[in-house]
Amino acid sequence: MAAWTIDAVGLRKDFAGRTAVRDLTLQVARGEAFGFLGPNGAGKSTSVKMLLGLVRPTSGSALLLGEPVGSRDVRARVGFLPEHFRFYDWLSASELLFFHGRLCGLAERVLRQRVPRLLERVGLGAQHSKPIRNFSKGMMQRVGLAQAMVNEPEILFLDEPTSGLDPAGRKLVRDIIREQRDRGATVFLNSHLLGEVEMSCDRVALIRDGEVIGLYEMGAWQGEHAEVEIQASNLSPASLALMSTIDGLAVVTHSECRLRLRVPNEDCLPEVVRRLVDSGANLFSVVPQRVSLEELFLKTMGPDPGL
Amino acid sequence: MSDKAIDLEAVRRPESPSGERARAVLLARGPGVLRTLAWMARATFREAVRRKILLIALIAGAGFLGLFWAGLHSIMSNMAHTQNQVNRREAAGMVTMMALYAGSMMTSLMAALTSCDTLAGEIASGTIHAIATKPVCRWSLVLGKWVGFVWLLTLYVLFLEGGTIVIEWLESRNLPLHTAGALALIWLQAVLLLGVTMACSTRFSALTSGACTLGLYGLAFIGGWIEQFGALRHVQACVNLGIVASLIMPSDALWRRAAFKIQPPLLGAAGVSPFSSTTVPSAATVVYAIAYAVLALLVAQILFERRDL
Repeated sequence: MAAWTIDAVGLRKDFAGRTAVRDLTLQVARGEAFGFLGPNGAGKSTSVKMLLGLVRPTSGSALLLGEPVGSRDVRARVGFLPEHFRFYDWLSASELLFFHGRLCGLAERVLRQRVPRLLERVGLGAQHSKPIRNFSKGMMQRVGLAQAMVNEPEILFLDEPTSGLDPAGRKLVRDIIREQRDRGATVFLNSHLLGEVEMSCDRVALIRDGEVIGLYEMGAWQGEHAEVEIQASNLSPASLALMSTIDGLAVVTHSECRLRLRVPNEDCLPEVVRRLVDSGANLFSVVPQRVSLEELFLKTMGPDPGL
Repeated sequence: MSDKAIDLEAVRRPESPSGERARAVLLARGPGVLRTLAWMARATFREAVRRKILLIALIAGAGFLGLFWAGLHSIMSNMAHTQNQVNRREAAGMVTMMALYAGSMMTSLMAALTSCDTLAGEIASGTIHAIATKPVCRWSLVLGKWVGFVWLLTLYVLFLEGGTIVIEWLESRNLPLHTAGALALIWLQAVLLLGVTMACSTRFSALTSGACTLGLYGLAFIGGWIEQFGALRHVQACVNLGIVASLIMPSDALWRRAAFKIQPPLLGAAGVSPFSSTTVPSAATVVYAIAYAVLALLVAQILFERRDL
């Protein structure tokens, strides 16, 4: 069994006079939900297409499940929800899943069991015979999600899977990502909805100008930026002086009733509280300030250069 | 793919272990070329049915045949008491040639217009992404679509051109000698244009692909006229131009050979007309056209196989 389900090294794609992806190097483990983030035009979709064999890289190499990308054996074990989720709209939902299932090589009797279950799972059980051309955007996205899972893939690529969905639909996608991960599949999620990524993924890569510029365990960036906001009364200069005696701790801002500290980690918070109380301060709240994925994204990407 | 196949109770049933084993075996190799081809051909034909392309084409064709029948019947009735049987058959043959010519144009347009969107449209909309990432050979997707369209065009040629010949027989009891051969040539003309359109649509937009094919068709058409005129007036340069046009696009040469096979003698002697043939393209032209059609299909497959999607 391959160590990585996705192993890309130095993937590059040049189009006429333009480099879409400069250097895509990343590894994704089995059973991992992996977020792939970047601003518009960063090369996310081209990267996904290279990993799926839809676009040939100019240089570099990539293995999926230990085999070269684009091989038929690999494609048999991969599912893909494209960004624009356009399908044969003259088919009904169940016909579409049968069609895609057959292209995966699945037998009729397998599909007879699986298709209704998938449609039920994505909330389209009652709509199975309805032509897709009558579907709303959200329904199209749901049926697209079902088609991506029809072969029970080992790697599921989801390109903006929640862009057309209401909150219930987004929760459905999150649940499905968790289910897929629980059964051992790798989920590769490309999305602009950072909150969704933060809730769903184990790791996240940030890509800009066709290069991976940051790779984080979900929430691991908190250690580098941990701050805590304290509301209190009777904050004296002595209280502040006591703070500076704790290793790695620094006062960011302070006023009469508010104190913001940068702390090495949250383990030192009990000591901070004890010293403040000892110095005569009355504490009302101690709130660790978490850096959201969106804040990390904006900080990493820098100011919006425009399109 | 039928809705009737859906068993909603299966939602609550686990998949059988034997089903899982079968799945594993099948997944290892994908559906295979023949199954892919069959499913794509079926999907293409079904699309034509569901989008009412076939229905509208058949209704238009029925209108065409109805008008032809009414016109031919009027002519035959008018000549019944004044002309002998030979003259009546000649007249019926001439009118039939006109109808067959119009029918071959309709079939050619059908070939170009129905297929120009199939690859270009799916590439532009992204519909192809979910399909091309399945364990299938890309070239077999193209071949499957081609087979679906050929199926459609075969029905259309049989309905329109076959119907025209049947109506002639009903009105005049005259059946041209080489009907099957002529229908095959008209069918080949449509298949040739289909291959060219599909090859274009792997690289260009749907509109550009259609325009490209119709442009080549027009070039062949005017080349055919120039060649016939040159042959009639013994202008070798015109004949050569016509031959070059036939090499670039042999569609008109196929029509002229089909026309030669079934035209009544009087029409053949009438000189230059779009409905008849004074210069007969050789059998080698037919072989060339077959090779052209096969090459166009291969080019479509290779271009689609190699392009980024």
